[in-house]
Amino acid sequence: MLGLYLHRESPVHRLPAGAKLGGLLLVTVAVLALPGAWGALTAGLIGAAVLVAARLPAGRVLAELRAPVVMLTLLFGFQALLAGGGWEETAVAVARFAALILLATLVTLTTRVMDMVDLFERLFGLLRPVGVNPAKMALMLALTIRFIPLLGEQVREVRMAQRARGVERNIAALFVPLLVKILTMADDLTAALEARGYDPADAGTKNSTQR
Amino acid sequence: MIELRSITHAYGERPVLHDLSLRLTERRIAILGGNGSGKSTLARLLNGLILPTAGTVAVDGLDTRSDGRAVRQRVGFVFQNPDTQIVYPTVEEDLAFGLKARKLPKDEIARRVAGALERYGLDRYRHQPAHQMSGGEKQLLAIAGVLVLEPAYVIFDEPTTLLDLRNRRKVIELLRGLPQTVIVVTHDLDMVRDFDRALVLEDGRVVADGPPAETVPAYIERLG
Repeated sequence: MLGLYLHRESPVHRLPAGAKLGGLLLVTVAVLALPGAWGALTAGLIGAAVLVAARLPAGRVLAELRAPVVMLTLLFGFQALLAGGGWEETAVAVARFAALILLATLVTLTTRVMDMVDLFERLFGLLRPVGVNPAKMALMLALTIRFIPLLGEQVREVRMAQRARGVERNIAALFVPLLVKILTMADDLTAALEARGYDPADAGTKNSTQR
Repeated sequence: MIELRSITHAYGERPVLHDLSLRLTERRIAILGGNGSGKSTLARLLNGLILPTAGTVAVDGLDTRSDGRAVRQRVGFVFQNPDTQIVYPTVEEDLAFGLKARKLPKDEIARRVAGALERYGLDRYRHQPAHQMSGGEKQLLAIAGVLVLEPAYVIFDEPTTLLDLRNRRKVIELLRGLPQTVIVVTHDLDMVRDFDRALVLEDGRVVADGPPAETVPAYIERLG
C-alpha cells in the first residue's frame, strides 16, 4: 500500500507536493460528505483521470489496492453481520475507502519523498512554538520511508537464517537477532548522517537560500 | 595534512589504540590489520566521528574535538555497508541530502547532483529506489554521496569487502582516479600495492609503516 515514487514525465508529477496533498484532503472531505455511492464514484473517476494523466501503469497501481480492499471488505463485512447492515452499505463503505486509498497511492507515486519531506518540514514549522524541531521531524519521515524496505529485508534474512538452522516459527529467535541488527544499523546510520554533514544541533535552523 | 598526537582510545575499559602519533601527508594511504586491530577506530578518529580518549587529531590544523564540523566538511567518510549510509529512497534525492545539510543554494545542489550522476554512471538510476539496486550500485551511490560534497580527504572503511569481483574493480578504478587524498582501511592487499604508504596495525599499535612493497609482505608474514 502507498508505493514509492515512480518517475514519469507528466503534469501530475510536476505539480507541487502541497497542491497534491491539499487536493487529496479536499476530495477526502467531499467523499465523506457526499451521500451513498456518489462520493466513491466521484473519487474513483478523479482517481482514474489522475492515473491516466500521470502515465502510471494501471496494473501496478491497482495491485497496491488489493490488500487494503480485502481488509476493508472483511472489516465492513463483519460490521454488517454484527450490526445488521446490508451488503449495499458494506459495498459503498469499501468503495469509498478504496477510492481514497487509490488517490493517496497516486499522490505518493507521483511525489518525490524529498518534496514531501520539504512540505512536511514547512508544516512542522508551525509547531515550532511548542518545541517541535521541523528539520528533525522531516528527517525522521524520510528515514522511515527509506528504511521500511530495508527492515523487510532484515526480517527475511533473519528468518532464512533461522530456517536454515531448523527453527521454523519462534518469535524470540526472530526478535533477538533482529533487534541486534536494528540497533547496529541505527548506530551506523547515526555515524553516516554525521559524516555526510547532518548536524543535529543545527537541524532546527531553516535555510533561506534553499528555495 | 592529518596529524595524530599521542592518541589513545578505549571503549569503556577496553583499550583499542595505544599512544599513536602519525603525520599523514601522502595522497594514497592504506590502513591494514586483522579484525579488532583498531583500524576502523583509527579511521573514525580521522574525521571526528569518534573523539580520542587522550591525545589530539588535527586536519589541516583543525582539531577534531573543537572544530568537528569544519573537519567533517574536509574529510568525507565511506562506510563498509552502503545500506546504512543511504538516507533517501531514490538515488537523486540521496545525492542531494548532504548538500542540503550543508545548506547550499538550490541551483548549486542541482548542478552538483547532475554532475555526480553523470560522473559516477548513476544517471540511468536517477529516480530508482536505492533498495532495488545491487550491492555494487549501492556502494557506488554511497561513494558518490560523499564525493558530491567535494571533500579534500576521503576515508574508505573496507569499501570492497561486500562486493563481487566486477564491482570491486569498478570501485578500485574510481579510487585511483580521485584527485583527493585517499585513506583506505582494507583487507584487500592487491588494491593497495600502488599506494604511497601502508600502515599495519596490531592490537592498537602501528607495527609496520612505509611503502606497501615493504609493509604488505611484513603484514603477510605477521599473519603467519
